[in-house]
Amino acid sequence: MIAFVINISYIAASILFIYGLKMLGNPNTARRGNRVSAIGMLIAVIATLLQAGISLPWVFTGLIIGSAIGAVAARTVQMTTMPEMVALFNGSGGIASLLVGWAEYSRGIATNPAIALAVILAVLIGGITFSGSLVAFGKLAGRLPGRPILFANQQVYNAGLLALSVLLGIIYIASSGSRNPFVYLIFLIIVLIAVVLGVLAVIPIGGADMPIVISLLNSYSGLAASAAGFIIENNVLIVAGSLVGASGLILTNIMCKSMNRSLTNVLFGGFGGVAQEGTTQTEGEVKPITAGDAYYILEAANRVIVVPGYGMAVAQAQHAVRELANLLEENGAEVSYAIHPVAGRMPGHMNVLLAEANVPYEQLVGPDDVNPQMDTVDVAIVIGANDVVNPSAKEDKSSPLYGMPIINVDEARTVFVLKRSMNPGFSGVQNPLFYKDNTRMLFGDAKSTVTTLATEFKDDD
Amino acid sequence: MAVEITVLHLFTFVLAIFLGFELINKVPSQLHTPLMSGANAISGVTIVGAIVATEVGGSFSNFLGILALIFATINVVGGYLVTDRMLGMFQSKSKTASPVPSDSGTSFIGRITSLFRKERS
Repeated sequence: MIAFVINISYIAASILFIYGLKMLGNPNTARRGNRVSAIGMLIAVIATLLQAGISLPWVFTGLIIGSAIGAVAARTVQMTTMPEMVALFNGSGGIASLLVGWAEYSRGIATNPAIALAVILAVLIGGITFSGSLVAFGKLAGRLPGRPILFANQQVYNAGLLALSVLLGIIYIASSGSRNPFVYLIFLIIVLIAVVLGVLAVIPIGGADMPIVISLLNSYSGLAASAAGFIIENNVLIVAGSLVGASGLILTNIMCKSMNRSLTNVLFGGFGGVAQEGTTQTEGEVKPITAGDAYYILEAANRVIVVPGYGMAVAQAQHAVRELANLLEENGAEVSYAIHPVAGRMPGHMNVLLAEANVPYEQLVGPDDVNPQMDTVDVAIVIGANDVVNPSAKEDKSSPLYGMPIINVDEARTVFVLKRSMNPGFSGVQNPLFYKDNTRMLFGDAKSTVTTLATEFKDDD
Repeated sequence: MAVEITVLHLFTFVLAIFLGFELINKVPSQLHTPLMSGANAISGVTIVGAIVATEVGGSFSNFLGILALIFATINVVGGYLVTDRMLGMFQSKSKTASPVPSDSGTSFIGRITSLFRKERS
């Protein structure tokens, strides 16, 4: 009877996950969708607590500790550090699946080959998700170098480790989850390989490719949960995990398309590290402009677009940008924000930052909407974006960016580029935009530059 | 015998993957982050596995289970809360005039009931 109740609850939870995920895909229902799926999770947890043999005091201790940490982290995280937070949460999901696999093995449940295989998969995928997410976190938080870290024969090592884990996995499965010291040692080596593989897989990936990596790791965390579901023969894990796995893959695919690159190229290309030779010939000279002169041009502009990038996040300039946009609108200009799908370090990064600064989402437009009207734009203000506005993507067949859809700011009448220095972007590719006739460079910290511009407007009134 | 059960699970797995592909097609880019972190919270469903793993069966595996439970709970609670916080910031122009009262501080029951209230148009 109780088993029946538990299973019905799992079905209900699965339905709520499916509904919640669907609602998350629509702006009007997204918030409700997230809550619907949270209720599904609550039902799944409560139903599991009904199961016999669970040591409730320990479970509640774990639940309370985890909830406290998760809640504090979620409440206090700054929107600019959201990619780091998502990476950390993702990593916890990965390690949890790994530990579930380990615990079930250690308890002696992996007695048939199918379950033993599921244990290996949960441990491998969970481990890769865990350490990969931690490395991604380190890169995003600036604790590890954001540039690709490459060493000789890296891919040979990766392939070797993967082959070794497959071999050990076969031995493990053939032993049908025996817990004698030899098999246990093999299991521990597999755990170790998984963690090392996660590190090796993410360190060669450059900062600009982070949106792809983050969404791929997200997909892995779902697949790891699914594998854990095969171990404990639990459908809600299998269903929820594979939904996440699929959604992560879709997002990964969208990100790859926005960069016109294949997933293999991102994972194995070491983009921005060795492939760049700087073939783009830059002509003309850089024309700096002062904030005071920029103000006169902005003051006369009727149509302004703002193109934000990771630099806006670093400078925490989103509130200042919104203030400047308000002043421009009061001055009679039409302002919109052109958001490239891979701007920033995670999918939708810029949208989150601008939402934090209370920018209504009607003002956010994508490259496809804004590019056809670019010739009517008086001023395009590029704030900390680089590769997503690089005209080499259209003009230079030898450029590594060639073919990537960009925001054609170079077709606007005037382009302001807010930039710290002339260093190229994360991809390491030179940007001919900076040398175009209609481009003016505003050097300095993006936030203080934008604030200075806003002050000019205020002083004028 | 057990292998047949696994095949049945595999069947569920494949169907759910395809369902996932169908569900999340054509998501506007503004929702990419919330979709990702919301999905991330769902992947914390491994919490169910962690609870099961705390079952009696040797103290070391219980220890691993508790550890898994803590991590999975961080993933679930943190993931849902941070997604909710993010989505609370997304607003359209009509909304800026009358912002929704923040949910922070309201009771759990309040949160549940608010789900069934009419959502913004």
